[in-house]
Amino acid sequence: MTAFWILAPIMVIAALGILFVRKAVHAALLLAVVMISLAILYAVLEAPFLFAVQIIVYTGAILMLFLFVLMLVGVDASDSVVETIRGQRALAIVAGLMLGLVLVAGLGQISLGSGVGLGSANGEGNIQALANILFSRYVFAFETTSALLITAAMGAMVLAHRERLTPKPTQAALAAQRMRDYADKGTHPGPLPTPGVFARHNAVDTPALLPDGTASEASVSRVLAARGTVRSAPALADDIEELQRQIGDAPHAGRTSPAAASSEEEQ
Amino acid sequence: MSVTPYIVLSSILFTIGCVGVLTRRNAIVVFMCVELMLNASNLALVAFARQHGNLDGQIAAFFVMVVAAAEVVVGLAIIMTIFRTRRSASVDDASLLKY
Repeated sequence: MTAFWILAPIMVIAALGILFVRKAVHAALLLAVVMISLAILYAVLEAPFLFAVQIIVYTGAILMLFLFVLMLVGVDASDSVVETIRGQRALAIVAGLMLGLVLVAGLGQISLGSGVGLGSANGEGNIQALANILFSRYVFAFETTSALLITAAMGAMVLAHRERLTPKPTQAALAAQRMRDYADKGTHPGPLPTPGVFARHNAVDTPALLPDGTASEASVSRVLAARGTVRSAPALADDIEELQRQIGDAPHAGRTSPAAASSEEEQ
Repeated sequence: MSVTPYIVLSSILFTIGCVGVLTRRNAIVVFMCVELMLNASNLALVAFARQHGNLDGQIAAFFVMVVAAAEVVVGLAIIMTIFRTRRSASVDDASLLKY
């Protein structure tokens, strides 16, 4: 029971965390904690086959699938806290508490005794015993499972498949389109200008300056512009006076100290 | 060794999964809570298998895992399709059947 009393609080805390964390990725990682702890509990409960299957299928395959879909959907697709049905959240929590109370209180009423244990049922090993039952009494259910899995694979392929409605543009067609845009609308046919790189700041969020000193909109990524994280190029030059004053004051090669420098000037 | 604590733990996890399905708005997190409920029921099945000295419970848990895998594959594909057309993974945005 030591493993149980160590793992049970971890599992309950991790499961509660799934309810409260804002980011879906964190929920997936907490679910992984619950699932691995469950696998260990299966091992304690004399189910070594389910221990392996839990880790391989649940933690290895299903959770990785969750993480892949989160990656495709966008990691920061976090929950909105707006309630569409008023009072739904509070009612859900009350209903959940009542369900939990009823379940736990009901289970507290019954006494299960010490249990038989799987020593005789496992016989010459858990996996052999499971295979004996699975391929005799449950063989029809097992065969039906294969139909279910094939249907699921087909369904996922049909749902995730996207039909291409227009032919894929070739490089020649793209070049012709570019020249047509230049002829019709005067769009620049060449590549976009590179972002401005200055002595004070060397990231791509600085726009390039046009000859008249204004910033070129085409030189920064549209994504950065949409996020509003583009730096203002003239603002980078705002504190130049201040910097010059600091550099002028600072002791550097050729001068011993500011005091000595000022005394020299006085003379 | 009594399995009562395992059953209590499984009912607590099931309740948490239930509340999660009811309160969370992100379809993927709702799905994770469904998985949590399936796992909780699996724990009860395995615990009762040990209680009765009978492997049928473990076979049932095995089938639940198989069905859960198939369910996750199709469910996540549906979420992907909805996200592709509506640019949202929230369960509130897919409400066209209401109107």
